[in-house]
Amino acid sequence: MSTLLEVEDLRVTFPTRTGLIEAVRGVSFSLGRERLGIVGESGSGKSQTGRAIMGLTPPQARISAKRLAFDGIDLLSISPRERRALRGNRIAMILQDPKYSLDPVMSIGRQIVETLRTHEKVGKAEARERALAMLEAVQIRDPRRVFDLHPHEVSGGMGQRAMIAMMLIAGPEMMIADEPTSALDVTVQLDVLGILDRLVSERGMGLIFISHDLRLVSSFCDRVIVMYAGKVVEQLKASELSQAQHPYTRGLLNCMPKIGADRHPLPVLDRKPEWAA
Amino acid sequence: MSSAIALDRLEVIFDRFRALNGVSLDVQPGESFGLVGESGSGKSTLLRAIAGLAPVASGNITVNGKTLGTRRDKAFYREVQMVFQDPYGSLHPRQTVDRLLQEPLAIHGFADGEKRIERALDEVGLGNGFRFRYAHQLSGGQRQRVAIARALILEPSILLLDEPTSALDASVQAEVLNLLEEVRRRRKLTFLMVSHDLAIITHMCERLMVMQGGEAVENLAAGDLVERRVTKDYTRNLLRASDGFVRV
Repeated sequence: MSTLLEVEDLRVTFPTRTGLIEAVRGVSFSLGRERLGIVGESGSGKSQTGRAIMGLTPPQARISAKRLAFDGIDLLSISPRERRALRGNRIAMILQDPKYSLDPVMSIGRQIVETLRTHEKVGKAEARERALAMLEAVQIRDPRRVFDLHPHEVSGGMGQRAMIAMMLIAGPEMMIADEPTSALDVTVQLDVLGILDRLVSERGMGLIFISHDLRLVSSFCDRVIVMYAGKVVEQLKASELSQAQHPYTRGLLNCMPKIGADRHPLPVLDRKPEWAA
Repeated sequence: MSSAIALDRLEVIFDRFRALNGVSLDVQPGESFGLVGESGSGKSTLLRAIAGLAPVASGNITVNGKTLGTRRDKAFYREVQMVFQDPYGSLHPRQTVDRLLQEPLAIHGFADGEKRIERALDEVGLGNGFRFRYAHQLSGGQRQRVAIARALILEPSILLLDEPTSALDASVQAEVLNLLEEVRRRRKLTFLMVSHDLAIITHMCERLMVMQGGEAVENLAAGDLVERRVTKDYTRNLLRASDGFVRV
């Protein structure tokens, strides 16, 4: 399996009034053409890891890494211009809530066309055709109608499909999905995941799926990284989640209510200071 | 014995949109009743209608044997309190926890406020150290505990819970759910709880109602859901969705 992304000792530090806060503390992993899940609770640094790879870390933060390379390109040393050429073209990112991450004053179709024409030299008519085809590929029933709608006119599930369409139109090799379905209803969630799954495997993309939902991730991904307090505490195959070793992973799995399990009170997570060490 | 909450063909209409379409419901005292459904199914609207926060077009709401009019009196809020979904939005950002908890006591003219605040904070596992903090100095789970303390401080008999843990991390969710169960047991409270998560509802409630598009789809006992004895396709879909992603 060819390696698409290499991350070694990634650190993201934010300066605050009370000193430096390390949001990500030495994260290492590599990604091939597979589905990798990153799981953790709020504040575990999972989103900042994704953003650092994408190059969306706020300017005041400092990023350092022994190695952060996409397809052999060192992401930390290239110019912002080269980075822009990668972003949206070869690396794409889906964000959590389509309500906030789509441009509210631009029709959905124009946003998709904009992405395409930023990265490829295509005529207007062709761009439109390809955008419509992409909307169809994410199972939007009436792509012509949706093309002209604005984000506030569509439901959350539809907006998220439109965002996936926008991210896939330039044919990226790697996709980072940061909680792509957390804002959606459970039933819609599965539809969107199904679309994402099909497109990722058809196109042979590498996918980083960031989520707080351990069970969802393990049913969707091939491999799972569990983060706690900015560090990776455990890496395992999704199919072997039930044999997780780290007490944090086990605790996280354990504390969720399950249909049919009669446990009162629910087991709670007993956080140990040494997990964060 | 009269029901704690009884709804009879309740209709809620916002402008021309019918958010609730003739929903009837019956919750016994001391029972924990769940409402599940997708967004837009009307489950939150139903809670808000009981609390007097949604425009009721027709139908009756009866709480502890008393049929409610359009206005809720003080006595109603002594009996019924609500905990909202978003702990970041439901606490006043410029009031300390102490001030937040004093508000309901002042409204209802309680004299022994000091003792009650101490007790309420203790009950939700926060302790006196949190009394003079602001909401932004607390974590999501701590805020939800304050919201629960505020609901409990008037010693109501009914709690309306609108997705009380959906904004929280899984481990914090477990703590808050345990806390809710514990106060319910100790105070013999009646719960009416909304969630989109079937697992939470089966964990917390004895009976539940599945809603869709402002209407009741079906009424079930939690045990039916566990054994998958459901009759409607919509409920079956929800059940399947809660199992996680299955590759086709």
